[in-house]
Order: sequence, then structure tokens, then C-alpha cells
Amino acid sequence: MADVTSSTQRDATQRPEIDRNAIAIALHRRSRRFGLFFWIPMVWLIVVAVACIFAPFWGLPPADEIDWVYIQSPPVEGHPLGTDNLGRDLLSRIVWGGRVSLTVGFAAPFIGVGLGLILGLIAGYYRGWADEVIGILIDAWLAIPGLVILLLFSVVFGGSLFMVCVSLGLLFIPTAARITRAATLNYATREFVLAAKAMGASDIRILRKEVFPNIIWPLIAFVLIDIPIAIVVEGSLSFLGLSVKAPTPSWGGIIAEGREVLSTSPHIAMVPTVVMFLTVLSFNLVGDAIRRRLADVREGAI
Amino acid sequence: MRYLLYRLRRLAIVLGVVTFITFLLVNVLPGDVAYEMAGMDSSEEEVQAIREDLGLDRPVLLRYAEWVGGVFVGDWGTSYINQENVWEAITDRFPVSFELMLLAQIIALSLAIPAGVASAFRPNGRADRIIGSLAFASVSMPSFMTAILLIFIFALGFGWLPATGYEPISEGLWANLRPMILPALSLALVEWTVLMRTLRAEMIAVLQENYIALARAKGMSNMRILLVHALRPSSFSMITLLGLQVARLLGGTIIIEQIFGIPGVGRLLIHAVYTRDFIVIQGCVTFFALAFVTANFLVDIAYAWLDPRVRTGGAHG
Repeated sequence: MADVTSSTQRDATQRPEIDRNAIAIALHRRSRRFGLFFWIPMVWLIVVAVACIFAPFWGLPPADEIDWVYIQSPPVEGHPLGTDNLGRDLLSRIVWGGRVSLTVGFAAPFIGVGLGLILGLIAGYYRGWADEVIGILIDAWLAIPGLVILLLFSVVFGGSLFMVCVSLGLLFIPTAARITRAATLNYATREFVLAAKAMGASDIRILRKEVFPNIIWPLIAFVLIDIPIAIVVEGSLSFLGLSVKAPTPSWGGIIAEGREVLSTSPHIAMVPTVVMFLTVLSFNLVGDAIRRRLADVREGAI
Repeated sequence: MRYLLYRLRRLAIVLGVVTFITFLLVNVLPGDVAYEMAGMDSSEEEVQAIREDLGLDRPVLLRYAEWVGGVFVGDWGTSYINQENVWEAITDRFPVSFELMLLAQIIALSLAIPAGVASAFRPNGRADRIIGSLAFASVSMPSFMTAILLIFIFALGFGWLPATGYEPISEGLWANLRPMILPALSLALVEWTVLMRTLRAEMIAVLQENYIALARAKGMSNMRILLVHALRPSSFSMITLLGLQVARLLGGTIIIEQIFGIPGVGRLLIHAVYTRDFIVIQGCVTFFALAFVTANFLVDIAYAWLDPRVRTGGAHG
């Protein structure tokens, strides 16, 4: 703020009003530009993503192959991060486990926000009893802790990757539906919706063409927030052994196995912990930067 | 008053929906509890006999109605695995979980209030940025990770605190608290950031008010302005959040109790999930939902008590 006032005083021209605005906008832009706190985490995410997506091509030993020579060993030739308590290559397990975490991290928010979007549109557009019923369902959903819902689902539907994605996605429905409902309520009474109605557009068309484009931005921001949350929750679930089935590695699972030998070989738990922490932190930082940029786009500041 | 009645009716419906959906879910379990009880190599007839014995062959709706009837008279059923009364099993263990949650919330608040006040005092100042980065890092650490790190540092590294275990309060206060510190801290280190951010945002707004300017003009010290005049009006959102956080805390205790070997409700639930003891699962979920709903109801009342505008329905809105 001090910069802005002093510089306006210095070159006080005929139109100080416009001048001040220009400086303020420039300052604002500089503060919103993608800085190091965007690019460093972005690079880390790209490294992790490439490592996980192309996991079969790195010539790593299979994640469930037991090396009887090196059991629970520190880093050695052939095992850059050492082996776990069953003699399986830790690096390979982390890379393959990352596939599970990233898949869930991306799939679950999209499933949840997609379903929440539909529910929210219905509740916000039609109101009345549909709104009431959806409201009660959402309240009921929120009254159970998320982890408990997941426990139930993992017992009932088993531990396939697909079911983990779906049941995690269900967690994001309530908030997504609430955001959508509030935004829809706002837009459903606007003039352009009324105009479309007057021209005889169907409800589906109004929702798709008039309401949807206006409410999609907060939901995209919400997906960005949800990705790290999904990764964290999947981690908690697999830590309890209730995510994907046992031989398939996942970060939470590796940490849980490493916990048992924490006193003798701490690296088994610590390495996946650090990797997971950095990944989640990076998603948070990148998401935050993009979210702020999105807010600017919506306010027309760029 | 009318609003209160509306809320109560809504709560009742919500609880009904929760219990019903849970009941449906646990009753479509593949490989039900009868298999578990019959043992590994038993014939289909034996399993069927057990099922009839437990009444599992009757329609789901009928059993649900029976169960609901039981809940109202304090009969939450008995565990299929060890014949323990579910209500007693839960109420025996709940104080332990409650202590853990309470400690966690106290630690979280004692971190969040000073941090929130300090960062609201000069937004974007040095303190604000340092606290903001810390919060960012700590929100990226799920509680099980924090727990492992804390165990590694304080239990294995320094050996100051035990890594697992639980002592009843009858062993003395310190003996009881000592093994609770690390679990509570792991929960609190996740929860404090949300509280801190809410307090910060609201306090920044409050500090713009005229009466704060007046207090400044009178020459009141910053400390007194922040803590005496600004803190109370800034803390309403945070208090509402305390209620909402109960759900997350309940979820958090499940995993933390498992890691630290604390015999609370979370452990009971996880054990029931592993053994598919669905009447216990049903009881735990119902209990969690009940606890969450009650906590939020209490928060609403506390809110009215703290904020005179709500209490009197005044003009400030």
C-alpha cells in the first residue's frame, strides 16, 4: 500500500485516478503471478506423475518380488531406497503405490463433484420437496464421520480400486451439492434464465446452457481442494488396511508396514511419509495458486 | 422456539435415515457374521442353523424395526462375537475417546487462538506469513503421518513419552495423561489450522470496526484491544466450527486409537469391522451420529449464549 500512495504523489498528473488504478493493477498482477511456490511443487508433481504413470518402464523389480538376500536392508546396490521387512524393493513399492494414490486422488473428486453437481442442480432449480429430500440426505451423510462411511463401504464392497474411488468420491458429494445448490438458487432467478424460459427452453437445456457455465468455476476450485484431501484419506484408509487389497502397494499401506519396524529401520516408514507429504503439500500449493488465478479470471482482473 | 422445534424434527429424521442406511449396508455384507461364527470348515447347513438361531434369515425391515424399538429402551443388541452388550461396550469405551478428543481440542485451541490473533494483528506481516506457511505444511500432514513422526521423535528418539498404551485415571492423573499426549497432539496438529484460519479471517474484519478505532484512539494497548475487545466478537465462526469438527475428530480418533493402542470407541469399531460384527458396527455408527448431532446442538446453544445478537434477535443481523 505504501508504494502505491508514494508513487501517485510523485508523478501526480492530470489523471491521478487512472494512474493509481494502473499501478494497483500491476501490483496485483505481480502478486498473483505464478511464482516459485507454484513452479517448484509443479515440478515435483510432474516428476511423481511421470514416475508413476510409466512405472513399468523403469526396469524396477516388481513391487511384490521378494529379494531373500536383502531383507529390511538400508539402501544397497540394486535397491536405491533399501527393502522392506519382507525384502521387497522400497522404491518400486513407492512408485507402484503412487499409482493407486494418484488414481484415487484424481478420480474421487471428479466422481464426487459430478454427483454433487447433479444433486445440487436438482435441489436448487426445482426447490420444493426435491430440495427437502436432498437436504435431509446430505445432513444424514454429514452426520457420519467420513472415515466411518469409508470403513462401511470397504467392508461391504471389498477392496477394488474402482470401489475405493467411488466410495471416496461419495465423501465429496455433500459439500459439492451445497455449493451447487447455493449457486443455482442465485442464478435460477436471473433475467437470462427467465428469458430462456420465456422462449420455451426445456429445463435440461436451461440447466446445461444457462446455469451450468455460471456455476462451474467454484466447483473447479473445489475439485482442486479435494485432490490432496482424497490422497490423504486414501492414505488413512490403506494405513488401516482397508483400501486396495494387500499385495497391491499403496502409500498408506507401506507406512503402516514400516511402522512395525520403526525402531530398527525407520527409513521404511519415513521415505513414503516424506514422499506423500511432499506430494500432498505440492497439490495444496499448486491448487491454491490456480484457485487464486481462477478468482482473478472470474472478477475480470486479467 | 419454532426454529428449535424445526431443528429437532429435522435431527430426528436425519438420525432415522442414518440408522436405516447403515442397517441396510451392513446387512448386505457378503460373507455375513454366521460364516465367521461357524468357523473355517463348516457345512452350509451349520451356517444356516446359526443364521436361523440369530434370526438373520428374517426380512431386513422387520429386523430394523426390532432394532429401533430396542434402541429406545436402551437395548442396542449384543455382539455376535463375544456376547458383549453393545450399549455397555460403547459407554465403557466412550470416556476414553472423549478424553482424547477433549485433549486434542484443547491443544488445537491453545495453538489456534494465539496464532490466529498474531496473524490477524498485521495481515501479510512477517508473523502472518510464517504462521500461514506452518499451517499449510501442517494441513498437508494427515494425522497418521503426524502420529508416526511424533512416535519416532518423542518415543523412539528421545524416549520421553510412551509410544503406545493407556492407563485408566485411577492410576493417577499424570499416569493417565502421559500416554495421551502424543495421540492428542497428532489430532490437534491437523485440526488447529482450520480454527486458526477462521479466527484470523473474522478477526481481520472485526479489527476494521469503529469501536476498535475508538479503543485505539483512547490509547489502549494493542494487547488489550486484541484480547479483550476483538477476540470475543471474532470467535463465533470458530465456535460453530468446533461443533462441525466433532465429526472429523471422531473419524480421527478411529485411526489414532488404532495406532496408539487406546481402548476407545474407534478401536471397538475397527475391531468390529475386521470381524464383521455388524450389530456392533451399527451401534458405533449410530452412536457417532448421535454424538455429532448433540455436539452441534450444544454449539448452537453456546452460540446464542455468547452472541447477544442471536439471543435477543436484535437489529444487527
